[in-house]
Amino acid sequence: MKIKASLLAQIRAHGEATYPEECCGLLLGRSGPDGNHVQALYPVANRHAEQRERRYTIAPSDYLAAERTARQQGLDVVGFYHSHPDHPARPSATDLAEATFPGYTYVIVAVHQGRAGELTAWHLTPDRTRFEAEPIEIEPETTAVDQT
Amino acid sequence: MRTTTATVTIRIPTPLRGFTNNQEIVEVQGATVGEALQQLVAQFPRLKPHLFNEEGRLRSFVNIYLGDEDVRYLQREATPLQPGAELSIVPSVAGGHF
Repeated sequence: MKIKASLLAQIRAHGEATYPEECCGLLLGRSGPDGNHVQALYPVANRHAEQRERRYTIAPSDYLAAERTARQQGLDVVGFYHSHPDHPARPSATDLAEATFPGYTYVIVAVHQGRAGELTAWHLTPDRTRFEAEPIEIEPETTAVDQT
Repeated sequence: MRTTTATVTIRIPTPLRGFTNNQEIVEVQGATVGEALQQLVAQFPRLKPHLFNEEGRLRSFVNIYLGDEDVRYLQREATPLQPGAELSIVPSVAGGHF
């Protein structure tokens, strides 16, 4: 996955804002032979009915809305992100059981005591048996905005 | 009146376009949602295991939308299609930390 540091900062901030509940959202960008290039985020509400401290759900209607927004910008939905409050940034058995299509990038950010920490990226293997870690390549900001 | 088989479009999610010759939108014939999906996987057999489970049923995280409506709340795979109907394959995305 290729992404700007400012977008990673936004994912971390989202995870801190919804703590102790999990945050979630979609990654918009382009998919190429060398992986997914994330160019925008589409944060959504966690639609899981209960136990949002350890579960998240992105409603299909939110997915459709994100897909339309992406299309208007010449982009695609290339993945998703969510937070693990007070838990490591590793895919869980639940994440694997609920995994969708191989090819999407799944970003996980750990949020400990309300502070975002480790952030990792994963994709489902084609045989659907496990998540494989994906390297995160930080791309330079296109504008000279100070993101600190 | 005889029903005619409608030509409809199916929007393919990004990661599955590798199985549809990179087509984002696939045109198929089908009088119902089920027929349209069967046509889709007949045309692109490598799509099938990603959409259907071993019993031939749609995987639980796969939702089919007709316009803005989940066909689960219409007549599921028996939902009739008008010519020009637009279907979308929409994943349910979920998980959690243990």
